[in-house]
Amino acid sequence: MRNALTLFFQAALARAYPRAVWMVRNRTWLFQETLLPVLSVAAFAYSYQAMGAPAEYVGMVILGGAMTTFWLNVLWSMGAHLYWERDSGNLGLYVMSPAPMMSILAGMALGGMTTTTIRAAAIVAAGLFVFHVPFDPTSWWLLVAIFVITLAALYGLGMMFASLFLLWGREAWHTVNLLQEPVYLLAGTNFPLRNVFPKVVAGTALLIPLAAGMDAMRQVLFRAEGVLSVETEIGLLAGLAVVFLTGAKWCLDLLERKSLHDGKLTVRWE
Amino acid sequence: MMTDFAIRTEELTRTYRRKTRRRWFRKPKTADAPAEFTALDRVSLDVRPGELFGLLGPNGAGKTTLIKILTTLLAPSSGKAWVDGLDVETRARELRPRINMVSGGESSGYGILTVRENLWLFARIYGVPNDLVRKRTDRMLEVVGLTDKADSRVSHLSTGQRQKMNFCRGFITDPKILFLDEPTLGLDVTAARNIRRFIREWMKEDDRRTILLTTHYMAEADELCDRLAIVDRGKVLACGTPANLKRQVQEYPIFELSLSPGANGVADLSTLSGVHHATRTETPTTVELKVSLHEEPAIGGVVQKVVSGGGKILTLKKVEPTLEDVFIELVGHRIDDEEGGNA
Repeated sequence: MRNALTLFFQAALARAYPRAVWMVRNRTWLFQETLLPVLSVAAFAYSYQAMGAPAEYVGMVILGGAMTTFWLNVLWSMGAHLYWERDSGNLGLYVMSPAPMMSILAGMALGGMTTTTIRAAAIVAAGLFVFHVPFDPTSWWLLVAIFVITLAALYGLGMMFASLFLLWGREAWHTVNLLQEPVYLLAGTNFPLRNVFPKVVAGTALLIPLAAGMDAMRQVLFRAEGVLSVETEIGLLAGLAVVFLTGAKWCLDLLERKSLHDGKLTVRWE
Repeated sequence: MMTDFAIRTEELTRTYRRKTRRRWFRKPKTADAPAEFTALDRVSLDVRPGELFGLLGPNGAGKTTLIKILTTLLAPSSGKAWVDGLDVETRARELRPRINMVSGGESSGYGILTVRENLWLFARIYGVPNDLVRKRTDRMLEVVGLTDKADSRVSHLSTGQRQKMNFCRGFITDPKILFLDEPTLGLDVTAARNIRRFIREWMKEDDRRTILLTTHYMAEADELCDRLAIVDRGKVLACGTPANLKRQVQEYPIFELSLSPGANGVADLSTLSGVHHATRTETPTTVELKVSLHEEPAIGGVVQKVVSGGGKILTLKKVEPTLEDVFIELVGHRIDDEEGGNA
């Protein structure tokens, strides 16, 4: 048991390494990953400022922009990654190794979180220094807890997507592509969910971890009213994290079983 | 019983089925292609521990499919396979720490990482401790002549250098059973020779190690393998030591004698006892005799006859058939005569 856990963490850290290294070695990352996202967030922030909206609204945009970077990372760097690993010949090596595939996915998630946190931090910094957004949480601990649990649920979903992408190939890709904009809308990236949607729609939208996480964080940061109470949303996020992580394990097992029979783990043409 | 063998397969068959998807406005892509393709057809093989066993066959023979099944990456359609006594289908998790694989044409690894970092990553997923990874990496990079590239990014390497790195990856986990799928494919002569030398040394270091090597280079199979199987179109056509396989295609031992000119007294060798067939060819500088014998000891009588007939023997050699002769005899064509997909 101890050996299995050690191997799990060793493999996860090893797989996280290329992503962390990429951040250091890719010289254009600073521009691509920090300045460009800040520009897109700035457009919304200036719109709210021009309308004379309260400072919390600009704060919501900044928070939305920061959390969206995690969503994009989950979709494209987690979901699409097993597919890419298969095409580059790495997937077969991972499957053939004694390390559990969940550790490889955990490593991908860990690496993704590291790089994306820096990107998100740049957006938050812009909020603080350029738009003078008042960040005054009711509790820093609560804020950090919500953030961490949101990431667990988000990356659990990403780990599940990774297997599904590989199982369904381009069809899953197109589906997620189709979902990207509706998720921005339903998650209330640039506006408070409660004020815009009817309660049923807003409540259903909370099943998207991005929506529940942002709604809870807005309540803690800007004392805004949420769809549900912070405690309920934390419970919901914890439940989603468990469901998605369990789903990811189940999907991985299914993927391995199915791919062994269909020969999809190493064959590059489909 | 299964532990007596490092690798064992029984009636192993793998069939690929092509899926025809319903398309509303277009003809199905695979309409003209056969619905089924048998990559492996009831293959039964035994490889003993400590053996360097070769699979020799052209592209599309089923070598890679067999390796994928044995390395737990593909399920057989029927039949059974065991590696180190473990069923590859039902006990894959127990088996994986004991094996590794290197494919000649593979492009695995991360371009953003250096050679050393890539080897570290793929060793860590086997749980190899950091100090051992360092030691083994240094040794392997020296073997393949990549020491000066240890800290270069993989994206800056040539295809051959990347292949050498992947060769190192297979050995760094010190597997009990190693699968080498065309390991020298596309490498330059010196690199391929160094790799073959290392494979022999690695096997000598520990007699519990086993290698299953696939190749379509005859000389490589002949030089390295204790035993080998010749496969074509998913079937095993013959299996044995290279020497035995060669013997199977040579009904009569053949000797070639080179004589100094003017040996006219040795013209009628075919009437000699024990001689099956004899030919004589004269060149401007020598007389070449080729004799096939019913039994090898009859060469004594041939030499006596030549000498007594006034012939002066310059060279005498036994002609060995090559693995290529064996392959042509069994398959009906040369190994590189047929191009096909790498099944």
